[in-house]
Amino acid sequence: MSTTSTILPKDEAAAQGELNVQINGTWHRFAPGTRIADACNTVGAHVPCFCYHPKLAIAGSCRMCLVEQGMPPRLAPGQEPSYDAQGYQPLQWMPRAIIACANTVSENMGIRTTGNITAEARRGVLEFLLSNHPLDCPICDQAGECKLQEYSSDYGSGTSRFQEEKTKKGKNIDLGPRVNLDQERCVLCHRCVRFMRDIVGEEVLGAVGRGSNCAISCYPGLKLDSNYSLNTVDLCPVGALTSKDFRFKMRVWFLKSTPSIDVNCGTGSNISIWSREQEIYRLTPRQNDQVNSCWMPDSHRLNYKYINAEERILNPTVRTDIGAPQRESTWDACLKLSAEQLQKCEASKTAIIVSARMTNEELYLVRALAKQLGIKEIASVSRKGKSDGMLISADGNPNTTGEQMIIAEKATALEGICSGIKSGRITALLALGEDITAEAGLSADNIKNLDYLLTLAHSKNGTTELADVTLPGVTFAEKYGTMINVTGRIQRLNQAIEPIGNSRDDWSILRDLIILLGSEDEKLAALKSARDLVTIMADEFAAMAGLTWGSIGNDGKAIISTGVTIPLIEREQASK
Amino acid sequence: MSDTSNPIEALAAHHDSPGEPFYPKFATSPKLIKEAKKLVALYPEGKAQSAVLPIIHLVQKQFGFISDESQQWIAEMCKSSVIHVAGVVSFYPGIHRKCPGKNHVRVCRTLSCALGGGEEMFALLCDKMGIDTKSMSDDEPVGISADGIWSIEAVECLANCGFGPNVMVNDKLYSQVGEAKIDEIIAAHSN
Repeated sequence: MSTTSTILPKDEAAAQGELNVQINGTWHRFAPGTRIADACNTVGAHVPCFCYHPKLAIAGSCRMCLVEQGMPPRLAPGQEPSYDAQGYQPLQWMPRAIIACANTVSENMGIRTTGNITAEARRGVLEFLLSNHPLDCPICDQAGECKLQEYSSDYGSGTSRFQEEKTKKGKNIDLGPRVNLDQERCVLCHRCVRFMRDIVGEEVLGAVGRGSNCAISCYPGLKLDSNYSLNTVDLCPVGALTSKDFRFKMRVWFLKSTPSIDVNCGTGSNISIWSREQEIYRLTPRQNDQVNSCWMPDSHRLNYKYINAEERILNPTVRTDIGAPQRESTWDACLKLSAEQLQKCEASKTAIIVSARMTNEELYLVRALAKQLGIKEIASVSRKGKSDGMLISADGNPNTTGEQMIIAEKATALEGICSGIKSGRITALLALGEDITAEAGLSADNIKNLDYLLTLAHSKNGTTELADVTLPGVTFAEKYGTMINVTGRIQRLNQAIEPIGNSRDDWSILRDLIILLGSEDEKLAALKSARDLVTIMADEFAAMAGLTWGSIGNDGKAIISTGVTIPLIEREQASK
Repeated sequence: MSDTSNPIEALAAHHDSPGEPFYPKFATSPKLIKEAKKLVALYPEGKAQSAVLPIIHLVQKQFGFISDESQQWIAEMCKSSVIHVAGVVSFYPGIHRKCPGKNHVRVCRTLSCALGGGEEMFALLCDKMGIDTKSMSDDEPVGISADGIWSIEAVECLANCGFGPNVMVNDKLYSQVGEAKIDEIIAAHSN
């Protein structure tokens, strides 16, 4: 059909800066420069990959992503192109497969991810990869989330023709303080090498040897000891690199993954919490190109042991008399007693120390509590440190931005409260989510000046030892809530496990206390979850206008502009 | 490679060789640094890593083999990492991690030389030079005589296929090597 009078699809696409690509018989449009593998995956034509990772340089070494490619015929001089009824040029299919990761789409390109050529290519690649693989899946930590296992099941032949002796390589090699290497399981995708070289900038990993003796290694005397080393374990598509912390702890298929955020610094890296029943087994980074790309620091990743530790406070504790020992109590009795005692405290002589580690919802309720009690002095403990130039923020608190939005406009300086305690001007203190003996600059002797100390904490610390009332709250893994990171992005915490012991979600403790103190706020009384507080807060804070728990989503939403950036994300966006 | 040996430590391990007295111990000198810098300058700015292979050849020519110290130095000269250099060194069998003998003999074992009797020449050469063929394996491709005068290695091609069997001693190529020629070759390099 002659289409000289109508607009051809190629012109139509070009006008929008796109290209027409036929994938498995259907035409789609993609931006120029899109990798064939990405293009196929976005339209549901899955392309298996070992070495390709969107955040790393292309290696093209695994050959797993072989697909069939077709292009329009090259025209003879003077020959006019022909078009089919839809306006596309006919495709001539190449006799050999191409790799989908290192090639980009072009106009009128055809891709087939099914059919004999690709099926045979995938089967062949897997046969080679498995020929020297130890097949120790029953004791391999990667089993269940292993690409080699998945692809063998999807595209492999099911039987082996390999009768020769397998190449022996290094097993259980200590690569660094947190990572172990099994060279025999490795498929030599070089993801770990590229990550350490290009993202971290410490070229400690490399491939040595040749052919079937080729193996990943580091040089003697140099260790894979970067604070980002465990990302290589996430990147490893097979069980070659394993985390010393997680290995042999739990089969991954028993674990439940809950999307949440890291609370160790102001970046708020997106994470998945992997739990089974009431125990947390590991944290892994979750992709968010605005926050943490695909990575997270080891120090934050491994900081979860306190959740299931002995130090957790399982019951509310009270001290009934001055000098009397603390004893465990029940929630009803303890909250009632606290309310009575707080009402006796003179508001002008009472102060609150809050934590920028608390969620927005908890901070909002702290503000309501302060209002209920008429307390004017509220301060938080700041944790200014140094950024590592990657993902760790200079701000050690995960929710400083939220704390400033909710509390700080009324807050007094922490020094004022501390000197007040020392001088005896302040006689009662509520230490909420913060151990005041640690970073607030108060000694145990200073605290003994106080007539009354109430604390909200999830684990035993210097403050809980001295407190008259200890209300056991929960850790980040046991609660819902939102935090605003240093860049002004509001992000969600999701509950992975139920509160440990008789501890209770912090927001509900604060809410019950406010009600017991005589608040008649019906909205508060009707609250079922911290998630509903987002809607209430959205009415009050301009930055949160229109937000609901659902609309924040798993990726969060930028709501405040703070001018602060995350160095690693800056670099990633600059390199695009 | 057994389960117990550490393949990482092996990358820097020193292998004793009777050939060591015939080569200087690796040490940097202003001359060596100058030569290396000249090689680096052959490549565009920021591509110093490309000079890894030429500098490896430079070091091997002078010191006989690539030691742990020289790998470190090469990495430094090429603004590369020592693991990258170790990767290159371990990739090519022609790059030695163990000191060869005073005279290094390469015997071609590829098709036309093998058909012409290269394999027999290899055995004969070993015998005459006092090298134990059993000491050689895939992991130890170079055999060295006890006195350190001779070392031998089977190579894939010496680019002279029309005139096999080919044998190369140091940088000198001998073609159509037969039993009689072997004695000549040994005599020519014995001093």
